[in-house]
Amino acid sequence: MKTWFNKTVLSRTALTAIAGVSVLALAACSGGTAPAASEGASGSATDAITVYNAQHESLTQSWVDAFTKETGIKVTLRNGDDSELSNQIIAEGAKSPADVFLTENSPAMTQVENAGLFTGIDAKIQSQVPAEYRPSTNKWTGIAARSTVFAYNKSKLTQAQLPKSIMDLASPEWKGRWAASPSGADFQAIVSAMLELKGEDATLSWLKSMKENSKAYKGNSTAMKAVNAGEVDGAIIYHYYWFGDQAATGENSNNVALHYFKNQDPGAFVSISGGGVLASSKHQANAEKFLEFITGKAGQTILQTGTSFEYPVASDVAANSKLVPLKDLQAPKVDAAKLNSQKVTDLMTEAGLL
Amino acid sequence: MSIPTSTTAERKPRSNNLRNAGGGRGTRSGPWPVVVLCTLIAAFSLLPLGYVATMTANAGWDTIEKLVFRPRVGELLFNTVALVVITVPLCVVIGIAGAWLVERTRLRGHKAWAVLLAAPLAIPAFVNSYAWVSAIPSLGGVFGGVLISTLSYFPLVYIPVAAVLSRMDPALEQSGSSLGLGPWKVFFRVVLPQLRLAAAGGALLVSLHLLAEYGAFAMIQFDTFTTAIYDQFRSTFNGAAANMLASVLVLFCLLLLLGESKTRGNARYARVGSGVQANPPRLPMGRLEIPGQLGLAALTVLALGVPLFHVVRWLIVGGPGIWTGSALATALLQTLGYGLAGALVTTALAFPLAFLAVRHPGPVTKLLEGANYISSSMPGIVVALALVTISIHNVPAVYQTAVVLVAAYALLFMPRALVNLRAGLAQAPKELDEAAQALGKPPLVAFLKVTLRLTAPAAAGGAALVFLGIVNELTATLLLAPNGTQTLATEFWSLSSEIDYTGAAPYALLMILLSAPMTYLLFAQSKKAAGQ
Repeated sequence: MKTWFNKTVLSRTALTAIAGVSVLALAACSGGTAPAASEGASGSATDAITVYNAQHESLTQSWVDAFTKETGIKVTLRNGDDSELSNQIIAEGAKSPADVFLTENSPAMTQVENAGLFTGIDAKIQSQVPAEYRPSTNKWTGIAARSTVFAYNKSKLTQAQLPKSIMDLASPEWKGRWAASPSGADFQAIVSAMLELKGEDATLSWLKSMKENSKAYKGNSTAMKAVNAGEVDGAIIYHYYWFGDQAATGENSNNVALHYFKNQDPGAFVSISGGGVLASSKHQANAEKFLEFITGKAGQTILQTGTSFEYPVASDVAANSKLVPLKDLQAPKVDAAKLNSQKVTDLMTEAGLL
Repeated sequence: MSIPTSTTAERKPRSNNLRNAGGGRGTRSGPWPVVVLCTLIAAFSLLPLGYVATMTANAGWDTIEKLVFRPRVGELLFNTVALVVITVPLCVVIGIAGAWLVERTRLRGHKAWAVLLAAPLAIPAFVNSYAWVSAIPSLGGVFGGVLISTLSYFPLVYIPVAAVLSRMDPALEQSGSSLGLGPWKVFFRVVLPQLRLAAAGGALLVSLHLLAEYGAFAMIQFDTFTTAIYDQFRSTFNGAAANMLASVLVLFCLLLLLGESKTRGNARYARVGSGVQANPPRLPMGRLEIPGQLGLAALTVLALGVPLFHVVRWLIVGGPGIWTGSALATALLQTLGYGLAGALVTTALAFPLAFLAVRHPGPVTKLLEGANYISSSMPGIVVALALVTISIHNVPAVYQTAVVLVAAYALLFMPRALVNLRAGLAQAPKELDEAAQALGKPPLVAFLKVTLRLTAPAAAGGAALVFLGIVNELTATLLLAPNGTQTLATEFWSLSSEIDYTGAAPYALLMILLSAPMTYLLFAQSKKAAGQ
């Protein structure tokens, strides 16, 4: 019996030790994520909110800093990509810790809207954002906009050699000469516009040619850097990467110029970045305040004066004067509510791009 | 990044002779609470494998056919196979040649070279990639992947091989010479076969790292299964395509494990009989001195010089501005927090397994250890996919908490702790415990005062290696970290993907500084294991 007793005590000690260490360890870890701790309490004006953020971290961080300074409400960010976070919110369902969801492009917003997970936007936000920059359902709102461009290397292409339409990049003469970041939500949004404008067959065949013709980079910045270095002649990216780099050192964009397709081409697509409040949020009031703030004067001015170079869409704030005005871009009319991210991912998987 | 850096000789219970050190008395399978506990730990460690198997089974044949048998998977297969087939032999050749030069020749400065050849392990592969991309912006494709991974991973072969070379019994080589073999023939026919276990073990570690690495390859636009799974994750969270790619990747890992166990063979090289073995002789280099020095210098410049130079260059370009802001301090604190928590939990979980392995070896123990061995070969991305899905659906209480992330670290790095604890426990024989009891100490006190105290240094060594793994872990941290978490690795990754190379430099420097002492520890430990 004695040995049994010894061994039991021994293993019990081991168990206790493990449990103790785990608790200690977790306490150590949760120290770093303190803002989440106040989640149980409801309604207080300073309750922290959690934002699932697919926008550029630096842009959202500027919004958060200004918002917290003004209201005292703390904000915790979870950073990811549009479709990663939209799918995550859907998988989390009613239990999602997210209060607010911000994206770079609208398809992910539509996806969450269709899953019935957004509560509507309030009257104040509706009054701040013009109708063309929010869906008719008012389940979410536009917070910023960006334009598709063909960024090209000035020493490799002349004006005359530029593609007239994004669809031209499917032709064999462009083989090996252009780049994109197919794994990113930005490019996938452009494809969703093409899908809406040109239909499934044309889009799939364009994607298959793209697989043959283009070089895949991870991230628009990297693609632009490759254009700058002359690894490829041009790349399909959004406009602000070039402006951002020019405003910094220009080391990745000095050989690069931007070509706007215009003419309602799918390649002239202007993508709406969205923001919405989750129906499951336990901090609705603060979540709405945050969305009001970023679509309000102060939030939109950060887009005008900051380093993001995205287009403001609300509160009558004009774009940074270096940008081509939104109304001159001749963007195609696309109903944001119809952009389908799931179908795009499937088509891109079928074409071998993912 | 996510695979244990230990030698095979250490990892496998079969190839060490420590198991009987405890006397082997008592119940064969061990006290049942410990066995139950160990079974739970082993079951937990099989979660990722179970997840992938379940997902594949549930997907149905149509989905599998559509998502697995497509040209894209062919490309990934080609890239991944090419990477493994080219890099592993390169690492083996460089590792063995380097080890032979520093251990068995009179090359000048061989002591310094011995440390320098292990040092690249302190530079995380994705930092290496960041430096090389700064040097050659167009670097990419299979060539880029091979270059970066060879330079990052050859020490995984070099360290165990050097350890074996330095303790090898010269009597065998002398017999070879006296039977008329020249020095080269002695090397190929006597020395090389004795290196097989260490080299094969190192090669396995290199291959598992190649399959698991994300950051280093993503940065140079080189796609493998792991990068493709992450791309799918970014587009679909835990979609079917990601899971299917994961199941192919897991199959790959299992094949590697099988392959390595086949190359081990049954030959025995141990010395029997009385007497002390002599120190192996060192050969004069003669005319080979200069080529030898040049070769090692070139290797060091490529593997150590290039990354350090570019990190420092970006630090200088960035100036003092890149050190301001609270993000760096937050990331450092959180990295240290997770590193310590993960190291403690992992070591604590490994303790009962090590205890059974040493004090109660038997079929049950073997099975439990085998489970752990397989699960630790799973790439970080697979472990993360499994845990994110399981926690979201089955254990919502822990979803997006530090618990899940620490659990992932424990799954990924358990063998690092296990290997060390096993060796430590073996040196704390049960008889000492019993002696203390005979002298009147209650059993528990005896255990705490004798066994636990004697095991402490080994536990600390294991914990340090787990810590090293966690500091440089990227994929599981990206997927599983609680909201608001920033670690050195994730911030470095976020900044360098935005090509903010100057902003990323302080993070790179801190990761190298944190890794350096652990790497030295690993190096020193391998020497100690070899009896120096």
